[in-house]
Amino acid sequence: MTLALIAALPFLAALLPGLTIRAGRTACAATSFAASALAFLLLAAKAPAVLAGEVLIYRLDWLPALGLSAGFRLDGLALFFAGLILGIGMLVIAYARFYLSRSDNMAVFYTYLMLFQGAMTGIVLSDNILLLLVFWELTSLSSFLLIGFWNHTAQGRQGARMALAVTGGGGLALIAGMLILGNIAGSYDLSVILTKGDEIRASSLYLPSLVLILLGCFTKSAQFPFHFWLPHAMAAPTPVSAYLHSATMVKAGIFLLARLWPMLSGTPEWFWIVTSAGLATLLIGAKTALFKDDLKALLAYSTISHLGLITLLLGLGTPAAATVAMFHILNHATFKAALFLTAGIIDHETGTRDLRLLGGLRKLMPVTFAIAAVASLSMAGMPPLNGFLSKEMMLEETVHAGYGPAWLLPVLATIGAAYSVAYSLRFLVHGFFGPAKPTPQKPHDPPFGLWAPPALLAALVILIGLLPMTIAAWLVNAASSATTGTAISVKIAHWHGLASPALWMSVAAFAGGALALAAYRPFRHLWDAAPKPDAKAIFDAAMATLTRAATALNDRLHDGSFTRATAIALATLVATCAYAFATATHTAGTRPLLPVTPIPAIGWLLLVTATLAATLHHRNRLMSLLFVGVIGLILSAGFAWLSAPDLALTQITVEVVTVVLMLLALHFLPKETPRESTALRRLRDVALSGAAGLGLAALAYAMMTRATAFPPISAYHLAQSKPGAGGTNAVNTIIVDFRGYDTFGEIIVLGIAALILFALTESLLANGAATRRLAQFAASRPEPAGDRHPLLMVMATRFILPFALMVAAFLFFRGHNLPGGGFVAGLIAAIAFVLQYMASGLGWTESRQRIAFHSLIAAGILTAAATGAGAWIWGLPFLTSDYGYIHLPPLEEFEWATAAIFDLGVFLTVLGAVMQALNSLGRLARRAGERPARTPYDIDMGEGL
Amino acid sequence: MELLIAAAIGLLTACGLYLILRQRTFPLIVGLSLLSYAVNLFLFASGRLAPDLPPIISKTATAYTDPLPQALVLTAIVISFGMTAVIVLMSLGAWLTAGHDRTDMDGGDDK
Repeated sequence: MTLALIAALPFLAALLPGLTIRAGRTACAATSFAASALAFLLLAAKAPAVLAGEVLIYRLDWLPALGLSAGFRLDGLALFFAGLILGIGMLVIAYARFYLSRSDNMAVFYTYLMLFQGAMTGIVLSDNILLLLVFWELTSLSSFLLIGFWNHTAQGRQGARMALAVTGGGGLALIAGMLILGNIAGSYDLSVILTKGDEIRASSLYLPSLVLILLGCFTKSAQFPFHFWLPHAMAAPTPVSAYLHSATMVKAGIFLLARLWPMLSGTPEWFWIVTSAGLATLLIGAKTALFKDDLKALLAYSTISHLGLITLLLGLGTPAAATVAMFHILNHATFKAALFLTAGIIDHETGTRDLRLLGGLRKLMPVTFAIAAVASLSMAGMPPLNGFLSKEMMLEETVHAGYGPAWLLPVLATIGAAYSVAYSLRFLVHGFFGPAKPTPQKPHDPPFGLWAPPALLAALVILIGLLPMTIAAWLVNAASSATTGTAISVKIAHWHGLASPALWMSVAAFAGGALALAAYRPFRHLWDAAPKPDAKAIFDAAMATLTRAATALNDRLHDGSFTRATAIALATLVATCAYAFATATHTAGTRPLLPVTPIPAIGWLLLVTATLAATLHHRNRLMSLLFVGVIGLILSAGFAWLSAPDLALTQITVEVVTVVLMLLALHFLPKETPRESTALRRLRDVALSGAAGLGLAALAYAMMTRATAFPPISAYHLAQSKPGAGGTNAVNTIIVDFRGYDTFGEIIVLGIAALILFALTESLLANGAATRRLAQFAASRPEPAGDRHPLLMVMATRFILPFALMVAAFLFFRGHNLPGGGFVAGLIAAIAFVLQYMASGLGWTESRQRIAFHSLIAAGILTAAATGAGAWIWGLPFLTSDYGYIHLPPLEEFEWATAAIFDLGVFLTVLGAVMQALNSLGRLARRAGERPARTPYDIDMGEGL
Repeated sequence: MELLIAAAIGLLTACGLYLILRQRTFPLIVGLSLLSYAVNLFLFASGRLAPDLPPIISKTATAYTDPLPQALVLTAIVISFGMTAVIVLMSLGAWLTAGHDRTDMDGGDDK
């Protein structure tokens, strides 16, 4: 439970900044900090058990049938990463409080940041890989929001888009890869997958799965050739760069490589792909970093290079190399986050991040200088700092790697290290030494809040460097043991003796790096003169091509013509079904058929005639509508004949309100459909719709001539209708009881539809063009054929109203046992009221209406919801029903089920929705000059009245 | 009888789709109505045809028809009313605001 809480805390805290910002910026930062701190403490409380070798697992089944569960797992690797994420998170939150200016919306910033923190914590704590994928996508999205936080700048927007396109695209590949992986392993739980390493590597799907997963990891962790998005992500505020694009998010790919290391590594494919990508990234990143003048760009490329280094180590596939990778992740997170925060301080205090404009800050910003010196020397690999320790170990590993000729990898690694020395020293020397240069602002050390977080990290750099076995070894052991699945006890030492090749490679790297910096000018000239591919231009061109292709395809399918798009969709559907039919084997159905009897046959003939007539006469809209009514009537008779009395009742009542509604609409619309399609087009449409109709008819026939493949579940409903739900009408008990949840959803949909109608009417009445047209309509309306509110009709409807309502009540109450129920009762009541509208007009009826239709709908849905929730009082699931028998002295004993109250909710919603629909059209009619009647039945006395 | 019902489903589908492919809103609404009849009938038919076996539990009944498709179709009928109401008002809105009731945009006057 604690594990889920750790992952949930940042998400919960993401809700708070919007509220606490009202209490001030500090309160806003403090709530985010407190949530991270609490999560960190919860994690720390679990740490002793994990360090002792336990694996904590918490599972909450979600959709077990799909293998989807909210499974969380805390082992050494998860502890290591979660600690980094929450620990550095706290420092960044504190730093950002002082970094962001007054004009930045701090609440939004912290909301995004906490969202990211939650997603990231979720990734490392997930036991279920599907859950992991959800969190993975969330990090891409929150990173998009954070990079684009300064969305008034073009760089911010473009950088955010690029990051989302690259990492999001990789995420899609990852989803595919993980699904394949889960499929091979037969489970989506890491706990199971971790035990299936041999099966996975032996599977024929190993390579596709590996490539897809690596695509996800490499895009996320900015590995060559997907590294280009990271420098553009530097448009984000510096705390974001420090947190996401250096210490944590870009390590998500690395984390996943480590997480899946026991299953995927150890094959030649893994070795060559991962190691090569890491090596290329290491070299390209390191070289480019040296020639960047922007402090953040320099750090971004150096981050790419170090990520490449870690990937390279994981690619080697040996437990020792994986251990070094873990150690370097820790070290890199400390010194690189410190450096980013320092770069932020320099930017904040001097107004520039351009190394060419900076210099001599050593004297002006002594505190910042001290932090920067420690961190950048560690990045260079200077003893005795922590960067030195992991670099030595890394160089040592390359010697034993066996990547091509024995000398190749050590030489390339040394070159990478030399570049690393050069750019680290350049950061320090060009920024802090030499003469002071004029900067936009006069530099001085920042307030405590800005330098304390990087100072803390710098202190860690020194401590890990001096006492690695005390401070870091236990954590590295836990992480690498969990990664490799073998117990690892690392020995971290400063001195390995003169015979150690790593020592001499290190010396060479330092000499090379120092030389490169000494000869920086000629080197820089060479670099500037060399042609370089511009990643952004290539990316933009690729995106533009993709967009053009998508637009072209889209324009072919959807050129704005609805009928064209529908015809294409229909043709595709028909073709697919025809193909499926043609390539399968068929046998005739054996189920005994129902004999054709005269009366149903006549009904069928009527139905066919009415359908053909409605279609052939579709230009005469009124005629076609009348035929639709005929079809509805025959259908309800058919339902009655085929043992579906409830359906018959519903169909006939719905038919009435539908035809009334369409008649009202036709009042405004043109009465004729013009002849505009060519004969060829009509032929095409007849062919398409005919083929579709033939297909569906064949399918229906095939279905009806066969028995069901499995016994229908309705046997249960029939058997339980009386004892379980207390009603004898099985259709009604299914609606209000067995499948009450469906019905609940359905009445909500109906309520939403009614609200849409209301909103549409409102917007139409507020629309200039629409009201003008309605006014014209009023001016040009024909003379009414006779009385608007004929006396006879008014009297008849008044008389009918109480009876109709009584029928509705009767059908409602007997619905549980005999045909009827809330749906039918609601429709009949609605028809009773609609009759009043038709007889006496909208104005007269409305002035007597006490309850608004929205309230009816709301009351209906709330009644249904309250009935459902009532079950909770007895500790039962939502919508569990109950029934009992009530004995009131003068009456016979009768039965009363809670489902009846639920049905009342259905009744109210249906009534409200139907009335709302007709009322919407009525309101338009009033705008079109329909005068409200002043008396209930105005015997038309002409205009003089 | 099954053949007749299947034919009715097919005819309603074909006519409904043909009307949907006409370029005006009113035939489209009528076509959608026909198509909902077809779909409802199809769903209903999945319970197979059984006259005189209403799903009302009683001591005298020997067998019942399948009540589940009936319950599904019942709610579908009501929902399709809601849907029809929405598209009716949308088509009315389009007619009142744009001054025509074409469903296609290739006429040019929408640009």
